[in-house]
Order: sequence, then structure tokens, then C-alpha cells
Amino acid sequence: MNLQDIYLISPELGIGVVAALVIIVDLLVSNKKVLPIVTLVGLLIPLFFVIQIDMDAGSKTGFSGTFQVDDFAIFFKYLILGSTAVVVLSSTEYAKKFEGHQGEYYALILFSATGMMLLASAMELITLYVALELTALPSAALAAFIRERKSAESGIKFLVLSAVSSAVLLYGMVLVYGLTGSTHLSEIGSSITAYGLETSPALLFGIVLITAGFGFKISAVPFQMWAPDVYEGAPTPVTGFLSVASKAAGFAVILRVFYTSFGLDDANIDWANMIAVLSAVSMSVGNLIAIRQNNIKRMLAYSTVAQAGYLMVGLAAITALPGGDDNAGPIGVLFYLAGYAMTNLAAFSVVIAVSNIKNNDSIESFSGLAKGYPLIAVAMTLAMISLIGIPPTVGFMAKIYLFSAAMDTGLEWLAIVGVINSVISAYYYLRVVKVMFLSDPEYKMEKSKTSYGVGAVSAAVIAMVGTFVFGIYPAPILRIAHTAVESLIG
Amino acid sequence: MTEFSGLLTLAIFLPIVGAILIALFLNGKNARTLALITTLAELALTSYIFLLYDKEKGGYQLVDKFEGWIPFDTFRVDYFLGIDGLSAPLVLLTGILGIVAVFASWSVSVRMKEHFMWLLVLQGAVIGVFTSLDFFLFFLFWELELIPMFFLISIWGTGRKEYSAMKFIIFTILGSAFLLIGILSLYFSTNTFDMTLLPDKIAGANLIMPASVLFFLTIIGFAIKLPVFPFHTWLPDAHTDAPTAASVMLAGVLLKMGGYGMFRVSASMFPEQIVDYSWLLATLGLINILYGAAITIRQTDLKRLIAYSSVSHMGFVLLGIAAAKGGTAELGMNGAALQMFTHGTITGLLFLTVGFIYEKAHTRYIPDLGGLANRMPFLAAGLLVAGLASLGLPGTSGFVAEITIFMGSFPAWHWFAALAAIGVVLTAGYILWMIQRVMFGPQLLRHNNLSDASIPEMIPVAILVASILVVGIYPAVISDVFNTGLDPIVGEITSYTVGGK
Repeated sequence: MNLQDIYLISPELGIGVVAALVIIVDLLVSNKKVLPIVTLVGLLIPLFFVIQIDMDAGSKTGFSGTFQVDDFAIFFKYLILGSTAVVVLSSTEYAKKFEGHQGEYYALILFSATGMMLLASAMELITLYVALELTALPSAALAAFIRERKSAESGIKFLVLSAVSSAVLLYGMVLVYGLTGSTHLSEIGSSITAYGLETSPALLFGIVLITAGFGFKISAVPFQMWAPDVYEGAPTPVTGFLSVASKAAGFAVILRVFYTSFGLDDANIDWANMIAVLSAVSMSVGNLIAIRQNNIKRMLAYSTVAQAGYLMVGLAAITALPGGDDNAGPIGVLFYLAGYAMTNLAAFSVVIAVSNIKNNDSIESFSGLAKGYPLIAVAMTLAMISLIGIPPTVGFMAKIYLFSAAMDTGLEWLAIVGVINSVISAYYYLRVVKVMFLSDPEYKMEKSKTSYGVGAVSAAVIAMVGTFVFGIYPAPILRIAHTAVESLIG
Repeated sequence: MTEFSGLLTLAIFLPIVGAILIALFLNGKNARTLALITTLAELALTSYIFLLYDKEKGGYQLVDKFEGWIPFDTFRVDYFLGIDGLSAPLVLLTGILGIVAVFASWSVSVRMKEHFMWLLVLQGAVIGVFTSLDFFLFFLFWELELIPMFFLISIWGTGRKEYSAMKFIIFTILGSAFLLIGILSLYFSTNTFDMTLLPDKIAGANLIMPASVLFFLTIIGFAIKLPVFPFHTWLPDAHTDAPTAASVMLAGVLLKMGGYGMFRVSASMFPEQIVDYSWLLATLGLINILYGAAITIRQTDLKRLIAYSSVSHMGFVLLGIAAAKGGTAELGMNGAALQMFTHGTITGLLFLTVGFIYEKAHTRYIPDLGGLANRMPFLAAGLLVAGLASLGLPGTSGFVAEITIFMGSFPAWHWFAALAAIGVVLTAGYILWMIQRVMFGPQLLRHNNLSDASIPEMIPVAILVASILVVGIYPAVISDVFNTGLDPIVGEITSYTVGGK
């Protein structure tokens, strides 16, 4: 390990240091209100390092080629840092439920974020696996953070299923390693062509297992069973964190592995069709089951299953029509992930704000919110119509971009399944809007607006502004996504 | 290339800025006042735009264009607005109905602020649909109109309002879903969203789907909006349960978005398909006319009656477009375009008067009404003018539109046109019978203390009556402009029918 390596990993080191610092502050200071502030200010340190590396034109590969901080990784580091900051902000008041353990809570979130940031840069299977575990273990602890049955169930479920999926993933990795003789992603790619392994059933089996392992992380059907229970039982900010940051990291690593190792040169390997089918099933299953949910967190859990389905449309879109953009699919994924992060964080921040008052996660607890606190009702409305894909929101832009990538690569059928799913989803997303604007409050809900939580409300507002602004002018995100994908595919 | 005249941008964003101001600063009656000022300015602006459109010169005018809103070579979207002869009258119509809608909701007392806010957003979005020349932008505005309408119906409506609002939105989004696939397919076939270039480019392009599939993908979205049988079932529910102002906007301009799309996209981009499938349009048009009219007669709820009559009247638009097949395409299409404009004012007036009657009498059930002309002569006169125009009395705009459609479609579709004439008879039947039952006959005692329209209620009635009569007596005001816009479309179609036969 030389200086260059330390420089490249400085954002991850920085965030780890902040996590340790938060625990120390927690021990020394009795007023726990400073903890989120310390965390938020601390997040500026890794941010500074990421910007530093972003500006730097020098070599960005370290640790003997196992770690690479290219534009693609940097895109995800920004995204993960941003989402983490919003999640921390939104949990300012909610964290009171954790009694004496607030310091550990923030530290665990930061540790998990460290793993996610490492994932985005991992260029080698073992590094990737370690980073994945670093992401998952704190998440399991976080899911079980409230001392009640549901939260414990959520944590243990996440832990067990996460372990199973890691085992499946490892087995797939082993198969691929055995066939290609390397754990470096780029060398795997060249070995496949060199040894003519494109049609090898063993390699295909390995790829299927790897897909299954990653499918768990992004909660795609048929690996989605854990999501509803875990999402429902976990503390709401943790649910938001899992649904946004963890999913983003999952897609980062999928894009990296599939495009670097099993890339376009190996068009004989038919993983794109496999992903297209999983995508169609995820959307349909997620949306259809979400209709029946009465708990907002369960509904959003199934909604993230459907959203993972939309995102996989971009993964499946690999070879464009003549004159089209081969990178449109991955660009769409990155753009959609960014938009989805803002949208879903807005939604979850509002859920947190409401549960700060009501201690209840049923959709009915939103009734009359438009009267009680119009600002967050508007934030929730924008989030919901962004998830459907209605303007003026970033969800509209991102969805059209993703579907256009599918059309461009000859996956018309998948685009059609996608748009029809949007119609189905309108029904349950609008139900929340309806409850907020049409129903009268069941009982007097607002003691005062501050009891919604200043942190949660400001998180909702920040995410809402992003959802709206990039819904009108999406060009900046698209441009960054463009350079990011270029560095991934070259 | 950046062109900017600013007027159309202003026309879209004036109402939206008004809505934002209301949302942030105003409450109750102040919100209403600002909405009135905004729509008044918007009426002046749209009239100015309409007058400014130079029909001698033709083509697209008042263009606002910023290139590179989404700036990739492989996915390029421009901010591109402009009007031609087809859109100019519809922009004017939206301006007129915008202020009518504000007056129509003068007595709304529940959540006034939101009500006027959504009305203004709706108006801006609809003007956006009529003026967008970039297909992506067109689709954005097309979708933007959903949310205001959803709220207008579900909050201020009556009856099963939530069900109706949801039905409206699900039907429309389903149509948009197909429309979106069509738009994207067109983009990847021609590499442009520019609606002014698309007609030429499609002709020479290597389409990624067969042209007839694209034709159906796009037209199905418009057909649901217009609405065409069998996609019409959302309309009676939405109309019946919507508040007056929303009904006026819905019947007046939202349905016209469907018709406008049929001209702007279906007819102008797919001239061959519109001729080849004109039998389908004519058949569906005829079903709309006769089935709509037959159901209308049976209605006992005033608003539902008018809603079904809209289904019947929109059938004439289809029949007019179906004239594409014959040598009189120009006449038929002109009639259809004029029918859209006149139906906007006529049905707007019908919903308006009925809405006022409902507010006063608290019932829309026809058997419970009767002899109201004694108590409310002004509204009776309004309803009478609207009704007579709706059944196509000469001297009103309804007559001009329908007679042109018949003249245009008869050479191509003898029997269809002849059968459609039955629809006119049925219309006369249900309109006159309705007016007789509501306005004349013995007056019920409990209606003794009903009052006539107040001043704020008289103004919109007067505006619409005036526009019905002006267009009825001198239709060239509108139809000459429509003609300019339809010329290139009809030219393409006739070159196909004459050359292709």
C-alpha cells in the first residue's frame, strides 16, 4: 500500500473516521442533539476527498488494480454521500426512539455507507465481496435497532437472507474464477474470449448465481421476499437508506461486473434476455402486490421492487439500433437511480415526519395531511407522481429515458410492459395523494408543526426540490451520468 | 438556431405563475381575484396571439425555440413552441374557457385557494399541449394536465367523485402509455422529436415498427381522450361528478386535445394510414354519434345527459376526419376542426348553465325540475341558445360545423353520412325534450324562491353566447385560420388518394 492507494481510498477512510468520531462524541457529550450535526458536518470530509479525486486528472487505479476510482465510481460516491446525508438529516428526531444508542445508529449508517462506496470502486471479486459484507452487516444491525418484535424480526430476516444470498454469490464467483483463472473483473472478461468460454454452461451457471446474489441486494423478483418484512419492521430512516443507497450500490456493482467481465464482446452470453425477463416480472409483481397494501412502508417496499424492475430495463438494454447510443441503457440506470434517490427520500422523509407525530405507519395516518401541514403534503405528492412518472418531476424524465433506451435496443416489448406497469402503479400511488388531500383528519393531528421534526421536514424539502428541479431541467445529471458510463464502458 | 418571440411562452406560464402566486401568498377571495385577473390577461393574450397569426403567410409562427434542453445527439429534446392555423383557434378557445371557468367557480367556497390554483395550472398545461412543436414537450404537457384535473374532480366534485377522478386518470394514462411508445418509436426511426419535420421524415424513414402499428399506438391515446367508443366510459362519470368549472374545461378543451392530436399527429404524420383506416374511423364515428345520442335520450341527470351528448358530438369529428378517403377531404377536415371549436363553446355553455341551475335548485334530476324559465329567464335563454346550437340550428356555430362535415363526408361515405343524419334528429329530440322538461311546463312550488343568475354568473354565459353567434354568423373568422393549418395535411392526403388509387 503506497501513498497513491491511500489517496484513492481517502473518502472511505474519511467516512470511517467520522463514524469513529461520532461514537466518541456520543460517549463524551450528554446532549444527543449534536450527533446528527457532527455526522452531517463530518460527511463534508469524505465529500471533500471525492471532489479532490474528481478534479484530479491522474491515474485512478490502486491496490494493484483491485480498486478504481473512475468517473463511474465517483458518480456513485456522490450519490451515496448525498443519500446518506439526507437520511441522517431525516432521522434527527426519529433517533430519539433509540434511547441511549444514538451514537451507534449514526456510526452504523456511516459504516454501511463506507461499504457502499467501496463497492462502487471494487474491480476484483474478493474486494467486491468484502465490501458487500461491510454494507450488509451494519444494515442488519440497523434494521433491528428498535427494541420491539417487528424490528428484531426485520433484522434477523435481513441477516439470514443476506447470508444465504452471499453464499450463492460466492459460489457463482468461485465458478467464474475456476473457469477463467482470475478474480480481476477485466481479466475475467479477456479470459472468456481467450478461452472461448462464451457458450460454456458452467460459466452461464456462474453468471446465474451471481445474478441471484445481486438480485437480492436490489430486491428484484424472485429475490424480493425479504423486502416487505424488513422494510416494515426496520426503523423508517433505515428503510429509506436501504431502499435508496443500498439499491444504488447494488446497481453500481451489477453494472460494473456485467459490463466489465461479461461485456458486449461476449454477445453470445445471453444475460441481457435473462435480465429483461426478471425486469418485467419485478415490475409486474411489485406493482400488483403494492395495490393491496395498507401500511405505507410495506407499500413502498413493493414499490421499490417495481422500481428495481424499471431500473433493470436499463441493464437489459445493451446493443442499440444503428445510429443509437449503446450506452443509453446504463446512462438511463444512473439517471434513474439519482432521480429515484431524491424521490424516494422525499417520500420516506415525509413518512418519518408523520410517524414522528402519529407513531403509526398506516396509509390512513396521512389523512388530512394537506390541511395539517401543506408543505410536506406537497412533497409527498410530488414524490408519488414522480414514482408514477408524471411531470413535472424527475421520475417522468428518468422513466422516459429508460424506456427510450429499451426502444433503442429493440426491447419494445419490455418498454410496453413498463408503461403498462406505470398505469397500474398510478392507482396505489395516487391513493396516498387522495388520502392526504381528500380525507379529513381522523383526529386533531397537529400539535404544532415543529413536532413533525425540523430535520425530517427539511430533508423532505431538500429531496422535493431536487425531484422538481431535475424534472424540469435534467441535463446536468444526464451529463454526469454520460461521462460516468463512458468511463465504465470506455 | 434560437428563435424567441416570447408570446407563447408567456401564454403557457402566465397562468402557471398566477397559480404559484396564489399557492404562496393568497387565500380565499384574494385568490379568486388574482385568478380572474390572470385569466383576463390570458384571454387578452390569447386573442392577441390569434389575431397576430398571419393566415396569408401560413406555416408555423410566433416560434419560441431553445435547442438542447436535453442535449445529446442520441436523445435530443428542444424547447420548441409555435402555432399554425390548426392550433391558433384552439389556443383562443382555451383563453376563452379559462376565464369562463373562473366565473363558473365564483361561488366555490371550499378550499378556494387550491381550486383556483389548479384551474390555472390546468389552463397553462392545455395551452402547452396546443403550442408544443417538440413531441417530448407535447407529451410532457399532455401528462401535466392530469394532476390538476384529478384534484378538481376529486375534491370539488359531487357523487362518486373519487371513483370518477381515478377512472379519468387511469384511462388517460393508459392512453398516454401507448402514445409514449409511439413517440419513442418515431424518435428512434427518424432521430427527431421535431413535430414540424416528422411528417417528411417518416415518409422516407426506415421505421422500427410497421407504420400502421405506430399509427394505432399514437391514435389510441387520442381516441381515449376524444373519447371514441369503446373507450368513452370514463367520460360520463368524470363529467357528471366534476364541478362545473372542471366540466367546462374537460368538455371544452381537454377533449379537444384528442382531436388536435388526431390532426397534428395521426393525419399529418400518417396520411396513408388515415386514408387506409378511414373506414374504421367512419364506423367508430357513426357508433359514437348514434350510440351516444341514443343513450343521451334516456338520461335523467342533466350533466350525464350533456356528457353523453359530447360523445355523440365527438363522433362528428371522427366522421369529418374519415372524409380523408374521398375527394372532399378538405371540407370534411375543416368541418371536424370547426366542430372541435364550436363544441368547446357550446358544451361549455351547456355545462355552465346546468351547473348554475344545480347550484340553485340543488338537483340535476330532470323530473324534479320544471318551469324554471319563470324563475331564471336569463339562464333559460342561455340554455336555449346552447341547446339550439348543439342541435345545429342555422345561425349558430353548431350548424356550420355539422353541415360542413356532412358535405365533406358524404362523397366518401354515403351511407355513413346518411345514417349519421339520424343522429342530428336524435339530438334535436333530446335537447328540446330536456329544455322542455327543465325550463317549461308547470313550475314546482319548492322552486318559488329560486333566483336568476347573478352578475358574475351572467358574464361567462354572455361570453359564450356571443362566441357561438359570432362563429355561427361569420364562421370564416375561425375556419379560414383552420384552413391554413389543414392545407398541408390535406395536401399530403390527397396526393396519396389521387396517386395511390
